[in-house]
Amino acid sequence: MSEAHSNNLAHHFETMEQQKQASSLGMWLFLVQEVMFFGGLFLGYVVYRSMYHDAFIAGSHLLNVKLGAFNTVVLIGSSLTIAFSVRAGQLGRNRQILGWLAATLVLGAVFLGVKGVEYAHKYHEHLMPGPHFHYDAAQHSAGAHVDTEAVDPHKVELFVSFYFAMTGLHATHMIIGIGLIVWLMVKAARRRFSSDYYAPVEVFGLYWHFVDIVWIFLFPLLYLIGRH
Amino acid sequence: MSETQATTVNETNYLNASSTLRSWLLTVDHKRIGILYLVTLTGFLLIGGIAAGLIRLELINASGRFFSHETYNKIFTAHGVVMIFFFLLPSIPAVFGNFLIPIMIGARDLAFPRLNLASWYIFVIGGVFGLSALVLGGVDTGWTFYTPYSSTYANSHVILTALGIFVAGFSSILTGINFIVTIHKMRAPGMTWFRLPLFVWAHYATSIVIVLGTPVIAITILLVACERLFHLGIFDPALGGDPVLFQHLFWFYSHPAVYIMVLPGMGVMSELIAAFSRKRIFGYTVVAMSSMAIAIIGFFVWGHHMFVSSQSIYAGLVFSFLSFLVAIPSAVKVFNWTATLYKGSISFKTPMVYALGFIGLFTVGGLTGLFLATAAVDVHVHDTYFVVAHFHYVMIGGAMMEFLGALHFWWPKMIGKMYPERVSRAGSILLFIAFNLTFFPQFILGYMGMPRRYHVYPPEFQLLHRMSSLGAGLLFISFAVVFGSLLWSLVKGKKAPANPWPAKGLEWETSSPPPTFNFDRIPEVTEEAYAYETLFGDEPGPTS
Ligand SMILES: [Cu+2]
Repeated sequence: MSEAHSNNLAHHFETMEQQKQASSLGMWLFLVQEVMFFGGLFLGYVVYRSMYHDAFIAGSHLLNVKLGAFNTVVLIGSSLTIAFSVRAGQLGRNRQILGWLAATLVLGAVFLGVKGVEYAHKYHEHLMPGPHFHYDAAQHSAGAHVDTEAVDPHKVELFVSFYFAMTGLHATHMIIGIGLIVWLMVKAARRRFSSDYYAPVEVFGLYWHFVDIVWIFLFPLLYLIGRH
Repeated sequence: MSETQATTVNETNYLNASSTLRSWLLTVDHKRIGILYLVTLTGFLLIGGIAAGLIRLELINASGRFFSHETYNKIFTAHGVVMIFFFLLPSIPAVFGNFLIPIMIGARDLAFPRLNLASWYIFVIGGVFGLSALVLGGVDTGWTFYTPYSSTYANSHVILTALGIFVAGFSSILTGINFIVTIHKMRAPGMTWFRLPLFVWAHYATSIVIVLGTPVIAITILLVACERLFHLGIFDPALGGDPVLFQHLFWFYSHPAVYIMVLPGMGVMSELIAAFSRKRIFGYTVVAMSSMAIAIIGFFVWGHHMFVSSQSIYAGLVFSFLSFLVAIPSAVKVFNWTATLYKGSISFKTPMVYALGFIGLFTVGGLTGLFLATAAVDVHVHDTYFVVAHFHYVMIGGAMMEFLGALHFWWPKMIGKMYPERVSRAGSILLFIAFNLTFFPQFILGYMGMPRRYHVYPPEFQLLHRMSSLGAGLLFISFAVVFGSLLWSLVKGKKAPANPWPAKGLEWETSSPPPTFNFDRIPEVTEEAYAYETLFGDEPGPTS
């Protein structure tokens, strides 16, 4: 077999274009399965929210909207920086790729840090699901537009279960994403990318945008709706 | 393209290219990965088979003589979990899909070879989780993991098993993505969509089901594990959670999972029927599209498992109707295969025996599925041996038969040796008889009211149970013959020619076994699939 290929063209592809299209289609399909993966949780949330409307509104008052909003801005910012790194990839500029990836990494870490602070609060307030869960309507859900005294604390615990399951799963995706950023940064530092080989950056960009979009749904569903 | 046959004989091939263990464990060659899966899955088949043997042993006596209730629960759970999640779901795609799809479409490998190897490792890790749960004491929830038993009350290794299934599911998602991308992007020049072998179409449809369905079981089973680990209450009635939501999510995947198991087998069917009738498949386009129809409609029928689970009768009506609908494309396939046989020059080689067996057994399995999709009948036979018999006819009679058919048909290609025709054929016929002896009595048992998952039963059921257990013993013997003769051929088998049957398809134009990169030059495809008239010089057969 003649190996007149460019270094970055794997042996089983005929052209760089074919290789790039394959990676991109692969990532889109992966995101389809991600939608179905999160979909199970979103379905459960919708079902229970309609069943236990007041309890879920009381539950959303347990969350810190300011921190949630801050994190939303941070994550949208990271979507911008990852888009810049893809652009730098198109131009084949490894140092710029590296810089924008680093910025994305920092923003991702900030998000996770804030999330950690929120989780810690919940832990100290005995709002983790389980035997130690304790919900006090007067203390926790002041200002809610529903009769929080009449709400069954168990149903609030169900809301908190969804909060941890959904944000926890989202945070897991962020952590995996940060791992991938580090891997891409190593490649960029070794000047491996060029204007005809930057598919890993582009494909990772798709993943990162997806993770952002999940948050864009989670934030209003958990923190905002039903809260005036 | 025929010159490749002559020139590559006795040259290096993918098997002898290197022989170190390291070269196998780090291989990115789709053919070697297919072999890795074959070895792994055979191990799981053996474990699941032993569990089945223990079940049938216990049921010889009406009084449940050998095992305690708990142990019996663990044995049938082990049988179900291992057979479904660790054998049948990956079986044909992971072994034959991996090995054949790239060659059939004229590519050198799958689109993501390293991901493919990673899929195998992920599967093995999932398998280790599952097996360690078994070794540590087992699970007693049944393969269906119904809540709240699994999430709250079960005192067995649910978390570990759930993790195993989650991880193995991730492996099949990655394989599915790999197949879809490969079929879209790696086809050789001239290999248009409607020249694809039907095996490839079936895997395309299967991969869609895998990619859309598997993540749903993944999140569901993960939530069950989280409920046990972190007290999340999503299926916990004490918190207002709904255990029936679990059933919805579970069956949303697990009904389509039936098609993950049987669609690839249907793909194999089309190859076998065409090759051993020496004819084009009757109605190629319809057969290809029926795979897609099954994949899509299959997602909307899950409620037929829940007619007695507090589901509204109106929902039940719709699910019943849709379940009837999904039977149509399956029946279309069966009719098309039968029509292909008509006026074909049929030879009864071992793979063909499996294929013909499939037609009979799958028809029985499919038609009894319609009984079960009829809501009123289902109330009577729900959770009885009628259901057990039905899905064993579909899964063993369908998926397993075709796994074996594929194994014999492509064995010469994969291994380079011929299996012993007479012994293997005898094994396949014995298997067919033993299978019916095992499972046909279970239809009658179930109709008479024998519930599934019980090991103590009224003595009047004993005769039928004993027939079934006798059949299971015969099944063991026939599996021993089938696998024994394959193993024998590894050592003593005659060297296989490039195209022993002969059959059409790019895989038969490579040497046996194929070289590492499949083709010296990427082939140019100039004819439709199954153009058997060009192989035998007959006048063209009926086309679609
Ligand atoms: Cu079903």
